[in-house]
Amino acid sequence: MIALLRRDLAIATRAGGGFGLGLAFFLVVVVLVPFGVGPETSVLTRIAPGVLWIGALLACLLSLDRMFALDYEDGSLDLLATAPIPLEGVVAVKALAHWLTTGLPLTLMAPLLAVLLNLPPQGFVWLVVSLALGTPALSVIGAFGAALTVGLRRGGLLLSLLVLPLYVPTLIFGAEAARRGAEGMEAGTPLALLTGISLGCAALMPFAAAAALRVNLR
Amino acid sequence: MLSAANLAISRGGVPVLSGLSFTLARGEALILRGPNGIGKTTLLRTLAGLQPPLAGQVAAGEDAVAYAGHADGVKPTLSVAENLAFWARVFGQDDIAPALAAFDLAGLESRAAQNLSAGQKRRLGLARMMVTGRPVWMFDEPTVSLDSASVALFAAAVRAHLAAGGAAVMATHIDLGLSEARVLELAPFRAGATAVPGGTDDRAYDGQGAGAARRGAFDGDDDAGAFL
Amino acid sequence: MQQDRGALKSRGMASLWEYANPKRFMQVSAVLLPWMAGLSALCLVVGLVWGFFFTPDDFRQGSTVKIIYLHVPSALMAINAWLMMLVTSLIWLIRRHHVSALAARAAAPVGLVMTVIALATGAIWGQPMWGTWWAWDPRLTSFLILGLFYLGYIALWEAVENADTAADLTSVLCLVGSVFAVLSRYAVLFWNQGLHQGASLSLDKEENVADVFYHPLLVSIAGFVLLFVALVLLRTRTEIRQRRLQALLNRERMA
Repeated sequence: MIALLRRDLAIATRAGGGFGLGLAFFLVVVVLVPFGVGPETSVLTRIAPGVLWIGALLACLLSLDRMFALDYEDGSLDLLATAPIPLEGVVAVKALAHWLTTGLPLTLMAPLLAVLLNLPPQGFVWLVVSLALGTPALSVIGAFGAALTVGLRRGGLLLSLLVLPLYVPTLIFGAEAARRGAEGMEAGTPLALLTGISLGCAALMPFAAAAALRVNLR
Repeated sequence: MLSAANLAISRGGVPVLSGLSFTLARGEALILRGPNGIGKTTLLRTLAGLQPPLAGQVAAGEDAVAYAGHADGVKPTLSVAENLAFWARVFGQDDIAPALAAFDLAGLESRAAQNLSAGQKRRLGLARMMVTGRPVWMFDEPTVSLDSASVALFAAAVRAHLAAGGAAVMATHIDLGLSEARVLELAPFRAGATAVPGGTDDRAYDGQGAGAARRGAFDGDDDAGAFL
Repeated sequence: MQQDRGALKSRGMASLWEYANPKRFMQVSAVLLPWMAGLSALCLVVGLVWGFFFTPDDFRQGSTVKIIYLHVPSALMAINAWLMMLVTSLIWLIRRHHVSALAARAAAPVGLVMTVIALATGAIWGQPMWGTWWAWDPRLTSFLILGLFYLGYIALWEAVENADTAADLTSVLCLVGSVFAVLSRYAVLFWNQGLHQGASLSLDKEENVADVFYHPLLVSIAGFVLLFVALVLLRTRTEIRQRRLQALLNRERMA
């Protein structure tokens, strides 16, 4: 399992691994928002938590289709499926690797971008905490979507269609926590619910994803 | 080590082979022969446990099989040693030196796999089997893009594996010079269009003949997918 | 599926599972389909005509209230269609009855259309009542999300070539989607308390709409349920025929 994690991290961070693309995408999306809604600081301050959450979510989505597709195409997944590691473990490790290479960097980058959107000072902590607690759910749910669409030629688009509705609860609680934090309100409840979703997804989604992978490997 | 009893398999919901039985003992190799599309790959995948058989049983030991498909499973940005060491660790092994030596990859350890030639990449893909520590190796067209020297290396590796008490199943057209290998011609086992319950058998439903399939459809838990 | 199976059982057949056999299903559904279609047409005509022309205007909402005869039944069926898909998906995953998987596939577009009708009638009703075509009200939003789930489910069926693979994948998606649909429902409630009126139907008599509206509504709901059953039967029959055609083509390819 650790070997798999180290391999996936190595592949992701080396040339052509796509690491950094998600971050760049996040940056571009956030930079584009003021062009769309106008430069008024009060407006930007109001929408900053939501925009940052949606930007992070879309950036997360961007690299999902590679999660299993590469291993599927080059036959690695066949050998992994017959390896002594359970396929559920493979899914969990790959989701963790995805989070370490996208969710975590996005979380760390969000405060920098928050400056561009005039997020009030008290909102920074809540933004980072909500992203740190919420992005793991995005990775695990995404792993399920990636497992469903792994054998398909044009899986990327379908993956978005399948995964985005599943992201609704995570987005609602995550963005709500960030928003309440930014407005100086109590943000504990949405954060607790967000954590619950992340934990629940991390515990259960690998089983669904592994089931889908087994079907696709047949 | 590995046995199949009255095996029937399907590809894309269509039965391709049926009535297949064999046993493979220690030190034996089985070569699958047959025209394109007869179901060699599907059979290998079924034997490897990647897909369920339509009928019959496959008996293989727990964690006995390692399967190398058409593709090499080689990551282009990792080095040769990293690629092999990864598979070794996944299968709980740690020594990759014998595999490197057997497939003449020594000296290439630190080269990124994307800079290998097609034949070298293929050898690396085959070397994966050696680091799995699994007794039954399965290869799907292992000799594609190998020159004759490399084919000899491969044959020697398989022979050494057999001598050490392993077994191998492979789909190949090339004569590997493995005198101890048995050849299984698949053509006689080609599934008839209506031969297999669970396939597209209509006799199960038209009220005459095919009693077994009929019972399967009406008494059992399964409607057996017969839509005709 | 539940409804028609129940109906079949009452005819004294030995086992429920017999109707999971495609041939048996075709025989029985051929008999049932015209009855279901006819009854559904009858109920819909009676319910809608009664509701539209023979009920008084509401003292607050005027005649706009009458859209309830389309809105409530379609919303009900939008949810029930998903529930039926959940049940049939489970049956497919556990017992591998092909008809069950095909029934789930057949129900999805019907459920999607019901969702769209519910949303559209909701918008038409909402315009005079709330002064806006669309509000991010929890109920409306939940139905919108349900519609997205239907879209994804249908798209996955369409995208996967192998029929059994598609049935397996969509079944897993249906299970996971059901959990997330419920989660989304509560998340949306948390997110916006909304201006939608409470449930139109409930066991608590105090909260119910008045009887004059209630009786035609029940007839109309029965019409929608029967319509759904008829459509699902029809579509499942089409799916089975399609599979037969595919089987014939496969056989020809192998001969």
